[in-house]
Amino acid sequence: MTTVAVKPATMAQALTRALRDAMAADPAVHVMGEDVGTLGGVFRVTDGLAKEFGEDRCTDTPLAEAGILGTAVGMAMYGLRPVVEMQFDAFAYPAFEQLISHVSRMRNRTRGRMPLPITIRVPYGGGIGGVEHHSDSSEAYYMATPGLHVVTPATVADAYGLLRAAIASDDPVVFLEPKRLYWSKDSWNPEEPVPVEPIGRAVVRRSGRSATLITYGPSVPVCMEAAEAARAEGWDLEVVDLRSLVPFDDETVCASVRRTGRAVVVHESGSFGGPGGEIAARVTERCFHYLEAPVLRVAGFDVPYPPPMLERHHLPGVDRILDAVGRLQWEAES
Amino acid sequence: MTVMEQRGAYRPTPPPAWQPRTDPAPLLPDAEPYRVLGTEAAAKADPELLRTLYAQLVRGRRYNAQATALTKQGRLAVYPSTTGQEACEIAAALVLKEQDWLFPSYRDTLAVVARGVDPVEALTLLRGDWHTGYDPYEHRVAPLCTPLATQLPHAVGLAHAARLKGDDVVALAMVGDGGTSEGDFHEALNFAAVWQAPVVFLVQNNGFAISVPLAKQTAAPSLAHKAVGYGMPGRLVDGNDAAAVHEVLSDAVRHARAGGGPTLVEAITYRVDAHTNADDATRYRGDAEVETWREHDPIQLLERELTARGLLDEAGKQAARDAAEAMAADLRAHMNKDPALDPMDLFAHVYAEPTTQLRDQREQLRAELEAAAETAPEGGTHR
Ligand SMILES: Cc1ncc(C[n+]2csc(CCOP(=O)(O)OP(=O)(O)O)c2C)c(N)n1
Repeated sequence: MTTVAVKPATMAQALTRALRDAMAADPAVHVMGEDVGTLGGVFRVTDGLAKEFGEDRCTDTPLAEAGILGTAVGMAMYGLRPVVEMQFDAFAYPAFEQLISHVSRMRNRTRGRMPLPITIRVPYGGGIGGVEHHSDSSEAYYMATPGLHVVTPATVADAYGLLRAAIASDDPVVFLEPKRLYWSKDSWNPEEPVPVEPIGRAVVRRSGRSATLITYGPSVPVCMEAAEAARAEGWDLEVVDLRSLVPFDDETVCASVRRTGRAVVVHESGSFGGPGGEIAARVTERCFHYLEAPVLRVAGFDVPYPPPMLERHHLPGVDRILDAVGRLQWEAES
Repeated sequence: MTVMEQRGAYRPTPPPAWQPRTDPAPLLPDAEPYRVLGTEAAAKADPELLRTLYAQLVRGRRYNAQATALTKQGRLAVYPSTTGQEACEIAAALVLKEQDWLFPSYRDTLAVVARGVDPVEALTLLRGDWHTGYDPYEHRVAPLCTPLATQLPHAVGLAHAARLKGDDVVALAMVGDGGTSEGDFHEALNFAAVWQAPVVFLVQNNGFAISVPLAKQTAAPSLAHKAVGYGMPGRLVDGNDAAAVHEVLSDAVRHARAGGGPTLVEAITYRVDAHTNADDATRYRGDAEVETWREHDPIQLLERELTARGLLDEAGKQAARDAAEAMAADLRAHMNKDPALDPMDLFAHVYAEPTTQLRDQREQLRAELEAAAETAPEGGTHR
């Protein structure tokens, strides 16, 4: 067996590599968006692609999100596989008309004759000190729209594997990139990228017996840290990284909750009408008899995303998670 | 009769004569951007106005430099500079009457300050302690708008509402060249023209939308040409010529005030600094291009004119510099203080009456902060 050097890489580098490999493997793959060409994207995720594949395959578009996604629909109709970049979470909103009225339902309204293999990359979430409109977590809007896949990596390897899977998917995929993890490093072997995972599988990042933290994207490292800290208090926490919000992996999640009997859902977006409510309901429906406590949610507050100087009070951190874990003992007390 | 025979007998009636709804010719911009400084028109320019413009440009340049320096000290999260674009920023603020409204984009802090908003409050968004620091009604300045072109329909709606009420109000809305590609730009211009709303659209064409040059943004002969398609006049002006920008915008504002409807003004200028302090401009443009624009600097253009006409001497220049320096010192002094932040503000102003969920969440945060204060009694700063 040959050992390959495993080097640290950033999530942004893995995403770039995934785009490059996808473009090399399939001439139908086209990357487009604002500043993705010469500049390589404001986060440099598309760095070098225009040089390598030409401006027809990695295109600086006019500044118009509805136009970017709308033209991607037509390109996909004609057999291309567009990968579009929405520069920041809140700047994808002008494209929602196209996303909701067309991208998500073209397969359905044409009885399967016109599928749209479009990947929509959206840097999302807070924690980078961004000014207004640069830190939204919009996943609930995407999740509420039937016809879209919604995935979000938390590790460097998943960034690669999931993006390849998204581009290969024959359905539209909203690919949420946790921007505060862009520069996080992992040991990753770029020569032999992990086998491309099919979309829709959660993974147990850390096993434990006392309770399950169900989370995704930028909150995964926070939950891992909370799980370490909880050891001091005698809690052995399991952390499930969803990776895919749609489709949802009930199997992995419920297997974990049945083992531990307790669960907390953790995410940055607001809790009211947010992803956690759906997840808690699904877990309760399937695991009611195994649950020792209600499924709790630790989320961002239900406020417009705050200015950078206040965001640390908004984002769910280790303490807030540990506090919820403490509340999971409610049955013993009542 | 067979069908073929019928066809042979068929004589199509010509369509009724087509008339354009509006004669496009007067709407078309001039072939060359309008200039005043260094031309014969300059002789007619009001000396007092030129002096005011000069003092404000010098102050604006200093403001840009100071704000950029504050990003390096971590006092601002980000600053999109308008160095080189001061003529547009200042003219936009100066042509408006007190009752008029300004709708700035995120880049237009300088116009906001020139309109009278407190410099520190104008920077609140970029410092990051609140999204909008000033009261929009105090100086009739809408919040600095980050999503591109979305403020334009707001300007149209406000101007329209004012006219419906019989008020003498004009709205001036600012947008970049890139922003003209957004759907909201189209919708705003169309509404404004159909409603004959008293609005002036000022496009600061500074060459780039972050890294994307104008050639990749539009195939139109000029952005001002777009006006014709909506049925409003388009004007092209040298955006570094403060006197010209002031004149063209004044004309447009007068036209709107008189019930003549909207105008689209394209000011040709250049973004000398990078997109923001976080941008690396060397990736998409060379120094040579920047240098040619430095030679067409708005302050120098005006300085030359004023000097040639004997309206400005060394003492005058020094006075402008001193005033600018005093403003910068004041700004530094204020910005170097940590803003007083109350984490409870997270829940302020989400609704007129907080929802029960927000009350609960507010209590949760209060408890957390109290617990944290007990374990760390010395307390931390909020930075
Ligand atoms: C709807 C929307 N999409 C993307 C962005 C991100 N963005 C911020 S500034 C900018 C470029 C704007 O260029 P331009 O309109 O020419 O104005 P300038 O910055 O040159 O003043 C982009 C793409 C945004 N703010 N809003």
